[in-house]
Amino acid sequence: MNAFKPLTDNQLDVVKEIGNIGAGHAATAMSQLLNRKVDMFVPSVRQVSLEEMTEIAGDKETEIASVFLRITGELPGSMFYILPPQQASHYLTLLTGAEMGTLEELAGSEMAVSTLLELGNILSGSYLSALADFTGLTIQPTVPSLAIDMAGAIIGDGLLEISQFSDYAIVIDTLFSEGSTAMNTPVKGHVLLLPDPVSYDTLFNVLGVSHND
Amino acid sequence: MTELATIIKVGIAEWDIVKAPNLIRTSGLGSCVGVVLYDDRQGMAGLAHIMLPDSAMAKHDPFPVGKYADTAVMELYRQMVQQGAGKYNVKAKLAGGAQMFQFQAANDMMRIGSRNINAIREQLQTLRIPIVAEDIGGTKGRTIEFDPGTMRLNIRTVHKGVIDI
Repeated sequence: MNAFKPLTDNQLDVVKEIGNIGAGHAATAMSQLLNRKVDMFVPSVRQVSLEEMTEIAGDKETEIASVFLRITGELPGSMFYILPPQQASHYLTLLTGAEMGTLEELAGSEMAVSTLLELGNILSGSYLSALADFTGLTIQPTVPSLAIDMAGAIIGDGLLEISQFSDYAIVIDTLFSEGSTAMNTPVKGHVLLLPDPVSYDTLFNVLGVSHND
Repeated sequence: MTELATIIKVGIAEWDIVKAPNLIRTSGLGSCVGVVLYDDRQGMAGLAHIMLPDSAMAKHDPFPVGKYADTAVMELYRQMVQQGAGKYNVKAKLAGGAQMFQFQAANDMMRIGSRNINAIREQLQTLRIPIVAEDIGGTKGRTIEFDPGTMRLNIRTVHKGVIDI
């Protein structure tokens, strides 16, 4: 049915702008919450195979903390918020004052889990409401869930919906890092937005971009 | 003569077949299930990294046969027999089918691990392939590696170390 059709440059620009707007708002929300400067990089839009997608945060066996949620409404899709272990513990320390050592400790702590979920909630909420304002579409995030485990296993599970339609996903990948004042380690996280294949028709329609140009 | 063992890696929704002394491996199984079919007399093993239970779910065509439980098990078995595996000497080991995300609202996709397992069991039963060992369910991702020389399936889980089944 949905044969995989590469996006044109024009369409890619539009999708990238979506990422820019969403991530810009998310960065502001995160900066306020953490009371730190958070830098969001220019998003990259890539069309990747499912296999490449599971390696987007590094090796498939790399441990990550990830908040995942589905987007429902007129623009269905999936959203991931991915943090390397050190960054997740660092944010927890900033937000709660608690020192968390390993990811295992972190996974076992109810407060840590709900803090990370809340961080994911705020980030995705601001990302998606900016997107809703810009497109005029109704978009609702589901309740987020958290997993701390191998990147490949986590991302693979988030791809289940998309994988019924296609062997490829279009991913809007925004890297973020804390401003230079905080830590000197250049640890970065990802915000990934993966619209379901059906969402592209809607998106290009409301933004007045032709499908065939 | 010493032959150097190669590890063949199987990606998501893919499958492959190896002969001893080579090993076959797939990384990062979440709700996905790794199905190993093997023939101990031939020292041959096939591995499929299955994502979804039923090819009737496919809303695209063509789709990779390795993605769905029904098509993956069938194709893997067929190809192994074609490459010399004994029709009645193929056995299975399974790993995976976890639930990675815990606090998800009611959503069919979130129970996909157990649905994958059920679909695979059904297909194996149809083909009369016995399941010799399995490590399934739970909430943790797995990386698995099978050695068709020893028929051991090595399973690595984050924080829980390594087991052989």
